[in-house]
Amino acid sequence: MAAVTATVGHTGVSALLRSATRHRALAKILLLAVAAAVLVPVLDSRWAGGTWPHALTVDLAGPLGRTSDWIIDNRDSHPLFLYFFGYVSNAVVLCVRAVYLVLLAAGWAGVTVAAGLVAWRAAGIRLALGTTAAFLACGLLGMWVPTLQTLALMVVAVLASVALGALLGLAAGLSDRTYRALRPVLDTMQVLPAFAYLLPVVLVFGIGVPAAVLATVVYAAPPMARLTALGLRDADTGVMEAVTSLGATARQRLLTARLPLARKELLLGLNQTIMMALSMAVIASVIGAGGLGDRVYQALASVDVGAALAAGIPIVLLAVVLDRVTGAAGERLGTRTGGTALVRAYALAAAVAVALAGRLTGRLDWPGTWTVHIAEPVNRVVGWMTDHLYSGVPHLGGTADWAGHFTTWVLDPLRDGFQSLPWWSVLLIVAALAWLIGTWRTALTAVLAMAAIGVLGVWKPSLDTLSQVLAAVAVTLVLGFATGVAAARSERVERLLRPVLDVFQTMPQFVYLIPVVALFGVGRAPAVAAAVVYALPAVVRITTQGLRAVDPAALEAARSLGATGAQQLRQVQLPLARPALLLAVNQGVVLVLAVVIIGGLVGGGALGYDVVFGLAQGDLATGLVAGAAIVCLGLMLDRVTQPTRRATKKGA
Amino acid sequence: MRLRTMSVTAGVSALLLLTGCGAADMTKQASPFAGAQGAGTVTLSVQSWVGAQANVGVAQYLLEHELGYRVDTVQVDEVPAWDALSQGRVDAILEDWGHPDQEKRYVEDKKTIVAGGGLGVTGHIGWYVPTYFARQHPDVTDWKNLNKYAGRLRTAESGGKGQLLDGSPSYVTNDKALVGNLKLNYQVVFAGSEAAQITQMKQFAKERKPFLTYWYSPQWLFEKVPMTEVRLPAYKDGCDADAAKVACAYPHTPLQKYLNTDFAKNGGRAAAFLKKFKWTTEDQNEVSLMIANDRMSAQEAAKKWVDSHPSTWRAWLS
Repeated sequence: MAAVTATVGHTGVSALLRSATRHRALAKILLLAVAAAVLVPVLDSRWAGGTWPHALTVDLAGPLGRTSDWIIDNRDSHPLFLYFFGYVSNAVVLCVRAVYLVLLAAGWAGVTVAAGLVAWRAAGIRLALGTTAAFLACGLLGMWVPTLQTLALMVVAVLASVALGALLGLAAGLSDRTYRALRPVLDTMQVLPAFAYLLPVVLVFGIGVPAAVLATVVYAAPPMARLTALGLRDADTGVMEAVTSLGATARQRLLTARLPLARKELLLGLNQTIMMALSMAVIASVIGAGGLGDRVYQALASVDVGAALAAGIPIVLLAVVLDRVTGAAGERLGTRTGGTALVRAYALAAAVAVALAGRLTGRLDWPGTWTVHIAEPVNRVVGWMTDHLYSGVPHLGGTADWAGHFTTWVLDPLRDGFQSLPWWSVLLIVAALAWLIGTWRTALTAVLAMAAIGVLGVWKPSLDTLSQVLAAVAVTLVLGFATGVAAARSERVERLLRPVLDVFQTMPQFVYLIPVVALFGVGRAPAVAAAVVYALPAVVRITTQGLRAVDPAALEAARSLGATGAQQLRQVQLPLARPALLLAVNQGVVLVLAVVIIGGLVGGGALGYDVVFGLAQGDLATGLVAGAAIVCLGLMLDRVTQPTRRATKKGA
Repeated sequence: MRLRTMSVTAGVSALLLLTGCGAADMTKQASPFAGAQGAGTVTLSVQSWVGAQANVGVAQYLLEHELGYRVDTVQVDEVPAWDALSQGRVDAILEDWGHPDQEKRYVEDKKTIVAGGGLGVTGHIGWYVPTYFARQHPDVTDWKNLNKYAGRLRTAESGGKGQLLDGSPSYVTNDKALVGNLKLNYQVVFAGSEAAQITQMKQFAKERKPFLTYWYSPQWLFEKVPMTEVRLPAYKDGCDADAAKVACAYPHTPLQKYLNTDFAKNGGRAAAFLKKFKWTTEDQNEVSLMIANDRMSAQEAAKKWVDSHPSTWRAWLS
């Protein structure tokens, strides 16, 4: 659509199309207006007032409290726990333990060399060196044992996610009915913020590794399922016909044609699953998963950014290494890798020798003296920043003043505005927006999600959260589009940005809690800042890619017509990149919503605080209801901003 | 290498699922990282405040260096920690600020947790203003005069009222009810985590700005930011029984230790040691300050304290 309007010479067609869409939009609005005119007087006469009427809420505190008591009282005796959950829990503990013991037995040298070899085999010599360096850095930072714990947890969680995701994907790829049934489920799972899973899992399994692994599987399996299904469904029809004509059975077709053809998607699925599992492994430290995430979390208690960073860097390194290696493995599919058999055999022998040498000399643990302490210098830098930026910067005012102004002039009016709107008008606005952008189905989902928030009885805090999310998204988009445009225009800027974006995207969000509070004080402003930092990389990346992908011919045509740089950007690039920009908006919303909980940890209040409170106090009623409300907000926002083409990944 | 690990893991878990016909006991769920290198392992729960880190730091140091155990620590909030203790995921909580509901459920009814004796430190929660502000305005330390200062304690978050800064959601607090019942013109702003609260308090102190905060002792931050307690209506036994009607100060609580029942019975020297572990507020603060202020690791701080107080800890080992 946008492509048509932008190209020169098709003005007639485009005008026609444009008026057609405008008419359709007008018709939708008209229809909504009529519906509103009929419904609103009725609703308003029965339940007047701004907030969601109390008569239309369901109080879940009683039943949820009873459920949680029942679980705790019966956990040690009920057959459901003794013969099912107990086994699941034991199996997870056993698997993680087995992997952990193997890693420990290999010693630091063995693990490092083995990781390097795997990377070499899968992705080539450069990434192998990078991998080895990354593992050594984890040891140097004094994080060897936590790194192994995280790795053990990851191995089990990723295997389970891949198995589950591949099974679901296989079913969806082979059967149209399953595909149709599964798609909305996977769609929904992708907009759920990770924290929403934690509380119910903890209740059943208790604090610790089993709960963490299971929450991770729920979080990380959907991309695998989605990409498997995609790969199987998109198999080249020509090849498939050829295979069928050769008389292959359905099973042969699957094993010899469909699965091999879908290899790239399968590997991309694996890659996505690993990345999501890693980000969840950190979040799961809140429920006692141990490992690197726990170190970050513990460092926060003594307000020690440096120590948090020392544990955060290995996470970033692991993420970057795993991402690059699986990514490169996907690209190198089919080509021969890893040198000749002889070289490979030598390398393997060398690895075994190193591991054995480590074992025999009794140096399995990372030597304590080989550590670099980065905590202190980092803390000094953070201290300097907050000392000099917090207040009293000449002319500009300090960051604390900005935060105050932002709260008073943006967040407060937005929140108060939302909360004073009559409840039915909020539903109406949501319906109108969702319908204009999507279909009546998306509009219905959005309205129902918003109504569910009212029914749950958390209307006011949800609108508070919504105001924070929208403010954060607005800031993210302004910064993200600007940076994205700059990166799209200059290779050098993009190259410089890339590692920065990598770090922001994979650094555990807990690490920047203290700096944002130190800069912006306690309140909603630091919550917004944390959300912006987290969501910015995805928006920048998608914008850059979208602008870069604009047809060079269209740009060339505009240039030859004498368009200036700004004109080219405004009139050619941006309109042509519209789908990508819409996708960036959508991803921005979803990602910002994912850190609402982090906002709760720095004084953001509202739903985020309620979820944190629920986890901290074991209060299922408060936590789960707030979690459900966040999920509903996410669904609503996703539907309202649903771009024409859905992303295959969740961003991070 | 990793491939082989995978198949081993898969095989082991399949075996487990096939042969496991007995019941799986949810009360015996040790951490998979426990006891990995042969030695006996003790898992201790650490709460997010530094005092708790100090207890655990010293206990860990002595368990490892004097008794030859391996120690795992897990950071868990207070209420979930009770749950984890009852399941055996952690062996001991060294500093509990009073959770009557949990005590009744796990200690009295289910008997999966036993009391481990006092820690020797007395805890107290209260409202505090920085001492530099209390010196200028001595009458601010009485709650009756707080409304006079509401305007000076206003922030962007408190919306026209004064700000009462509260901390982590895991802490015991009656502040919302207190503000209402004492008719104070204040808004409770929840920092959401102790880390955020401390950072904010330090920022205020650096600028010598007035603030009013929920805080507790023993706490190392008093050494960095001297604070004076605001007098609330005196605490009487049972005045905080009804959470909605509270209009009195917080009690002074002798902090308690709790152990998992199994561990208390079969934990050998480690359990005996943890039961005897008892020190003073000054001792705890000394270690806390090293951790939080001098940026030492809990282990370095513990070593320093252990080296200089041999008579105190020798008694715990006998």
